Amino acid sequence: MEHIDKTRLRRNDVIFIAALLAVVAIAGACLYFLRGEGNTVTVTVDGEVYATYSLAVDRVEDIHTGKDGLNRLVIKDGKAWVETASCPDGICAAHKPIHREGESIVCLPNKVVITVSTADSGNQPDIVV
Amino acid sequence: MQNKGKDTAFLGLCVALALGLAYIEVLMPPLLAAVPGIKMGLPNIILIFLLYRRGVASAATVSLLRIVLVTLLFGNTMAFLYSLAGGVLSMAVMVLLKKLNFLSVTGVSVAGGVTHNAGQILMAMWLMNTAELGYYLIVLAVTGTIAGLLIGLCGALLIRRIPNRW
Repeated sequence: MEHIDKTRLRRNDVIFIAALLAVVAIAGACLYFLRGEGNTVTVTVDGEVYATYSLAVDRVEDIHTGKDGLNRLVIKDGKAWVETASCPDGICAAHKPIHREGESIVCLPNKVVITVSTADSGNQPDIVV
Repeated sequence: MQNKGKDTAFLGLCVALALGLAYIEVLMPPLLAAVPGIKMGLPNIILIFLLYRRGVASAATVSLLRIVLVTLLFGNTMAFLYSLAGGVLSMAVMVLLKKLNFLSVTGVSVAGGVTHNAGQILMAMWLMNTAELGYYLIVLAVTGTIAGLLIGLCGALLIRRIPNRW
C-alpha cells in the first residue's frame, strides 16, 4: 500500500473545506432570506435593555448615553435605522434600515445595540433551564 | 517500547500544556466582540498531536482532564456542559474521519473545530430550550473552520517535527 504522509495537506482536505464552507454559505443565505419580518426593536445600552419599540408605529427616538452620547433612532414603514449619531465614525448611521428578525445596528462608541425581534403578543418567552 | 510510567508522565505533561494554552486564551482579548465566546482552541493542538501519535485513548483522556480542570480553574457548570458536549462530539468525529483515512491531519482538525462548536450549540439549544440559537451555528461553523484549519496546520507541523520517541 502506498504510504501517505498524513501531516501534509492533501487535495481531499481542500475539497472538504471548500464543500463545508459552501454548505455553510448556502445555509446562511437561506436562513437570511427566509428570516421573517420582525415586529419590534430592542435597544440596549451597555448590555442593559434601554427600551423596546414596535416597528408598527412610526417614531423618532433620541437615545442618550453617557455624558453626551446620542443616537437618533427612526422607525418608519416597519423599518428602523439610525439617522444621526454623536459617535465619530458614524457606522451606525450608515447602516441600512433593519426589519428582518435578528438584524441589528451596533454603535460601539456609545455601546448602543438595536436588534429586531419578534415579540409574541403578551409575555416574554420563558427560559427553561 | 514505551513503559507505563513514562506514558503517564508524558500525558500529564500534555494536560499541563493544554491548561497553559487554555490560560493564554483566557488572557487574550475576545477575537470578535460581536459573538462572545469565540476562541481559537489552542489546547486542541495538543489533542491533535496525541490523537495521531498516541491514539484515541490518550487524546480522549487528556481532553476530558483538560475540560474538567479548565472548568475548575476558569469556568462554571454551564461552561463545563458546553465544553463536554463539544469535546465528546468533536473527538468522536475526528476519530471516525481519521479511521476513514481520506483527509490529512488538517482536514480532520477542521471537522473537529466545526463539530466542537456544533456540540456546544446543540447543548445550549437543549439546555436553554431555544431553537433560535441555531442561527449561531452558521457563524460558528465558519469560525470553527478557520480555527480548525490553523490548529490542524500547527498540529501537523508538530507531528512532523517532534521526534517519534515522544
